[in-house]
Amino acid sequence: MDSIFVFEQLLNGLGFGLMLFLLAAGLTLVFGIMDTMNLAHGSLYMAGAYIAARVHEAGGSFVGAVLVAVVATVLVAFVLELLIVRRLYARDHLAQVIATFGVILIADDAVKAIWGPSPVMATTPAALAGPVQLLPELPYPAYRLVLLAVGLLVAIGLYVLVNHTRVGMLVRAGASNRKMAEFMGVRVGRVFSFVFALGAALAALAGALMGPISAVQIGMGEAILIPALVVIVIGGIGSVRGAFVAALLVGLVDTAGRAFLPPLLRSVLPPALAADLGPALAGIAMYVLMAAVLILKPAGLFPARA
Amino acid sequence: MLKLKNVAVSLALCGAVAAHAEPVKVGVALDISGPFATIGAETRDGLNLAVERLGSKLGGQPAEFIQQDFAGNPEQANQLVNRFLQRDKIDFFTGPVASNSALAVGPALFAAKVPFLSSNPGPSLFAGKQCSPYFFGVSYQNDTYDEAAGKVANEKGFKNMVLIAPNYPAGKDHIGGFKRLYKGTVKEEIYTKVGQIDYAAEIAQIRAAKPDAVFAFLPAAMGINFIKQYVGSGLKDIPLISPGFTADQDVIEAVGEPTLGMLNTAHWAHDLKVPANVEFVEAFRKKYNGRYPTVYAAQAYDVVMAMDAAVREVGGKVDNREAVIAALKKANFKSVRGEFKYGPNNFPVQNYYLRVVDKDASGKLTNKLVGTVMEKHQDAYVGDCKQ
Amino acid sequence: MSDKLHSAAIPSSGGVARWLPWALLVVLALLPIVGAELGLDYYVGFVRRMLIVMIAATSLNFILGYGGMAALGHAGFIGVGAYTVVALVDAGVSSAWTAWGAAVLVSGAIAALIGAVSLRTRGVYFLMITLAFAQMLYYLAVSLSAYGGDDGYGLYSPLELGFGRTTGNAALFFWIVLAIAALVFAFASRAAVSRFGLALTGIRDNETRMEALGYPVYRLKLAAFTGAGALAGLAGALLASHNNFVSPSTMHWTESATLLVMVVLGGLGRRWGAVLGVAVWLALSEVLKLYTEYWHWPLGLMLIAVVFAAPRGLAGVFDRRRAVQ
Repeated sequence: MDSIFVFEQLLNGLGFGLMLFLLAAGLTLVFGIMDTMNLAHGSLYMAGAYIAARVHEAGGSFVGAVLVAVVATVLVAFVLELLIVRRLYARDHLAQVIATFGVILIADDAVKAIWGPSPVMATTPAALAGPVQLLPELPYPAYRLVLLAVGLLVAIGLYVLVNHTRVGMLVRAGASNRKMAEFMGVRVGRVFSFVFALGAALAALAGALMGPISAVQIGMGEAILIPALVVIVIGGIGSVRGAFVAALLVGLVDTAGRAFLPPLLRSVLPPALAADLGPALAGIAMYVLMAAVLILKPAGLFPARA
Repeated sequence: MLKLKNVAVSLALCGAVAAHAEPVKVGVALDISGPFATIGAETRDGLNLAVERLGSKLGGQPAEFIQQDFAGNPEQANQLVNRFLQRDKIDFFTGPVASNSALAVGPALFAAKVPFLSSNPGPSLFAGKQCSPYFFGVSYQNDTYDEAAGKVANEKGFKNMVLIAPNYPAGKDHIGGFKRLYKGTVKEEIYTKVGQIDYAAEIAQIRAAKPDAVFAFLPAAMGINFIKQYVGSGLKDIPLISPGFTADQDVIEAVGEPTLGMLNTAHWAHDLKVPANVEFVEAFRKKYNGRYPTVYAAQAYDVVMAMDAAVREVGGKVDNREAVIAALKKANFKSVRGEFKYGPNNFPVQNYYLRVVDKDASGKLTNKLVGTVMEKHQDAYVGDCKQ
Repeated sequence: MSDKLHSAAIPSSGGVARWLPWALLVVLALLPIVGAELGLDYYVGFVRRMLIVMIAATSLNFILGYGGMAALGHAGFIGVGAYTVVALVDAGVSSAWTAWGAAVLVSGAIAALIGAVSLRTRGVYFLMITLAFAQMLYYLAVSLSAYGGDDGYGLYSPLELGFGRTTGNAALFFWIVLAIAALVFAFASRAAVSRFGLALTGIRDNETRMEALGYPVYRLKLAAFTGAGALAGLAGALLASHNNFVSPSTMHWTESATLLVMVVLGGLGRRWGAVLGVAVWLALSEVLKLYTEYWHWPLGLMLIAVVFAAPRGLAGVFDRRRAVQ
């Protein structure tokens, strides 16, 4: 195993982590600020992926397609917030989980009615379709580098927004003490709507960007929702910083598990047992990580509501 | 409310109506939602085309096709089959896409002596140790596609290969099938998580192993994810061989250009020059907006034709189950794959072909027939079947 | 809020509440006989499955409704119970009672282990850590080739019940399931108003206060969680015999979510909540599937409607109506 291979896997782990972060960021933002568990975040991710794929095929411009997907999904989210989510802010987490689970069921059927049961094609923009030579020995998919960059930009952008802007200040005020903020003249309802829209935009962005490297189909939201939930729980629900650290951690652990665990076990265990055990352990690595973190820190790495 | 009433009525009538005026009943358990929804839709389209062409009749008798979704969940399939058997009193069964669902429903059907004509799965258990006179693998035995792929790899002179499949028994079976006829060196066997989204780690392993070619069995969304990422990583130069389902029309439509040049093996191709097939493909493309049929659609079409021939053979007396299975075994129908003959375990002895993803005259991506890999091939489990 | 829930948990002395369970029991007990006469065998089997799911849902309702422990991994224990039966059958055991008893013990033991770790967390963290353990069990079952892995495991011969009878006897098996379900229901109803149950409700409402009062909070919660896991395992064992087939799909996370949904739908912490939720959910999905391939969205709409219009679940709606009368 040479160092370039290890480096490549490290990069892969970071890449996968940042992909998860794109989805987890919106989820944890909505949870942290509005104390609302929104499982339908995965459905917004799916909406973003479908719209971007269809617009890209029809219009040809990938950047345009991503923008249209983000705007359209935010509109969908606006309606969703108005009709359902707004009435859930004051309810307990269980009611939120149940109602948004209901939204998932409706969204999956709606997507099937609009686009059919088969996955739709989502192509990589031609300029990014191939690999670039990172090192002489290491070609790396150009598109994944873009994903890495966008993930980092979103992380920085959110950090600045929450900590260094007026909007962020209102958001933090509304989150930490709603009544007090309202008394001081902050229109908390409007701030919450803004945060929900921002979360939806991030979900749509994640969906639109993941389309070219994954299957755009019904159920894609649920498939990635679980890893995203694992990320926000490890990070401490509501903490964007926690989600960022946890996403990278999950990405690295999962990738390392898949890349290094099977060969490692093969060198110490009998081959038949290693062949059975290696992939099974690699598959549950992220859950083991989560359980371990919660045993040591029951409220995640960076508890937001201490 | 009206519909609820209907249920109550049909519920009450169920026991009362005498059996003689009944149409031939076919229970169809479909993967309309769940992990194999795309394939389920193909199965349904192929089946409905056949039903339409037969005027909703089987062997000249009025027939009822009870189609229902079971969401790709083996337990729900099991429940659905119980309903088909006990409430609807079906005469034939078909539909599920995956082997686990077939294995879940088989025992109940065999105990009730209802013929199960598989429109896709061909689990090794049903071909060997647990073979049943009531199971008909109208499709293929699971391993045969991989055996054909192994033979292709030999012929192409691939000396070193990496094999990749999901980490469940079917994945191991498919890899086992490939290794049965492949004579080169297996550099690495990679088993991935079921439902995996990101394949970067595996692709890096493949690049490091520097194989002559890669064999991939990754069904449905897993295949789509893998192929997209594989080609994006610049591994296009390392040929990808797969059993037909990882590079069928449904995957091609979802992935697009990156599938170009993928080698895959199947017992059927839409450009196979067989009269029944030419007719089928033309009718299918006419009915479904010019879309090319997949193997699944072709198999479902064959299943209905096989039922049709059997019902005709027994003169509509489907209650005589011994006669029905004898008639089914004759397989006196015009299969879209050409000549059709069962081995002793009720799995077909048939040809397997190499296909390659290419562009048709109008520039549309689709599979093209390259040639015959194996002639009149029989599965490896027939010896275990004590029938 | 807590007071209302509390009073609902105590069986009211009114006439209906007293004779309704017995009347229901009699009707259900007659079902296999009447069903066989009318050729409704399928519906007898359907009700049997409903009863089995009710056992699992009742156990979840106990820890969630009375104990406030929102577990999203309950299907994992159902799976452990089912796979215990598979393991024993594979090893040559043929007695139903041995297999089912072992399933209760094994799933109880695993629930105790998982609970011991998970109960250190609360709220959404508890939800997620129980999910994590269930996912581990799921992937373990998927890759376990000895018991069929993802293909599942078929139980080809029914289990023996003694006296030459087997679970293949549909009516007898139905009565056994009915008896177990009735006992579980009665037990859960009693337990809810026992000192143990009341302490649990107290913990749900204010853990710190209960701790200050000297209750062994952690141990009480662990005991409830273990018991619920054992009962879910029993449901899994019965389900294995019911289907004659076990597959990892039993413990997929969506199954845990559906169980949670059924309990909330019926009414959290209400005596009839789990029973009502299971009956409505299963019956509705069965009927919807008959008529349309788009059968998910009406269920989704119902969930949203229940959350907004009947926050205390369907059982709550009935209670309110009775109060008006």
